[in-house]
Amino acid sequence: MTASPAEPARAKGPRWAIWLPLAIFLAFVGLVAIGLFKPADHTVRSRLIGKPMPSFDLPPAQAGRKGLSSATLRDGKVHLVNIFASWCIPCRVESPQLGELAKAGVVIEGISVRDSADNLRTFLSENGDPYAGIGADDDGQVQLALGSSGVPETYVVDGKGIIRYQHVGEIRADQLAMILQKLQEAAL
Amino acid sequence: MPYRRAFRLAAMAFALGLGAPAAVTFAQGEQSTAPYAYRQLDDPAKEREASDLMATLRCLQCQGQSIADSDAPIAGSMRSLVRERIARGEKPEQIRAWLIERYGDYVSYKPQLTELTWPLYAVPLVFLLIAFLLLRRRFVLRARGAMDGATDGEEGDSRREEGDRA
Repeated sequence: MTASPAEPARAKGPRWAIWLPLAIFLAFVGLVAIGLFKPADHTVRSRLIGKPMPSFDLPPAQAGRKGLSSATLRDGKVHLVNIFASWCIPCRVESPQLGELAKAGVVIEGISVRDSADNLRTFLSENGDPYAGIGADDDGQVQLALGSSGVPETYVVDGKGIIRYQHVGEIRADQLAMILQKLQEAAL
Repeated sequence: MPYRRAFRLAAMAFALGLGAPAAVTFAQGEQSTAPYAYRQLDDPAKEREASDLMATLRCLQCQGQSIADSDAPIAGSMRSLVRERIARGEKPEQIRAWLIERYGDYVSYKPQLTELTWPLYAVPLVFLLIAFLLLRRRFVLRARGAMDGATDGEEGDSRREEGDRA
């Protein structure tokens, strides 16, 4: 056993195999390029679309007004639930659009997140008040229960309390028609 | 999302421009007032359980950070949610499942075994198996060559000899 055995002759690969490393490298570059030029969308959307609104009962955010409970959202009418806050700048951007929706007869329920009554009053007087009721989600726990990842967000909830659509970010003027269509679909 | 981020930046620049008082009110308005956002649980064992879980949950706003590391208001609300539920006796994995039900797997840093992710676990095992088979073939060939076919020795034996020499 002293003589070391001859290496078994290396089988020669096919000629094209010499291009294999280059091909793998180019595939890798392609993959990186896709990631660079089409970055992944990291918007966290709620997984509750098509599912019932979780049950909650929020106290009124302002004295003498309605709060918001999930029972209200099962009253047979389509609701638009708007998650907003006075400290949220894009919420100011979307308030004219919410005003128009309210004028068009859409019932808009508000959930104000981590807000104070004073700031909210100022916000509503400056930006208009399209809300049928505003629930105060001071701890932000209902926001988490809804699978909402920020403000503003808007949910279309049908008459049975099922979430039909979630709009992440502010509703811009060019998105009004789309929101109205989602509301119509939810009414069917 | 980029819009909201841009707005936040604009708001911060605005607040800085107006000086300290404006910046302070802005920050206060956003901070989480949830009871356990910035307060630990009294029971150290439960707090440890909660903080282990918090380190593996993604902040939904600053998505590169865990809720334990992030100072975003929504992370505060999530910390409070975790601590309150742990204090009520819920198991960490139950809480994780509750969040995944609402936000999807993305909210958890701990990889979940799902229809989509099982190849990540299976492929290394397959590679190990292939490596084992290739090496076995090679060693058996070598051992056979060394013994010049004198014995039709069992593979196990030849491999052991191979090992001795190495």
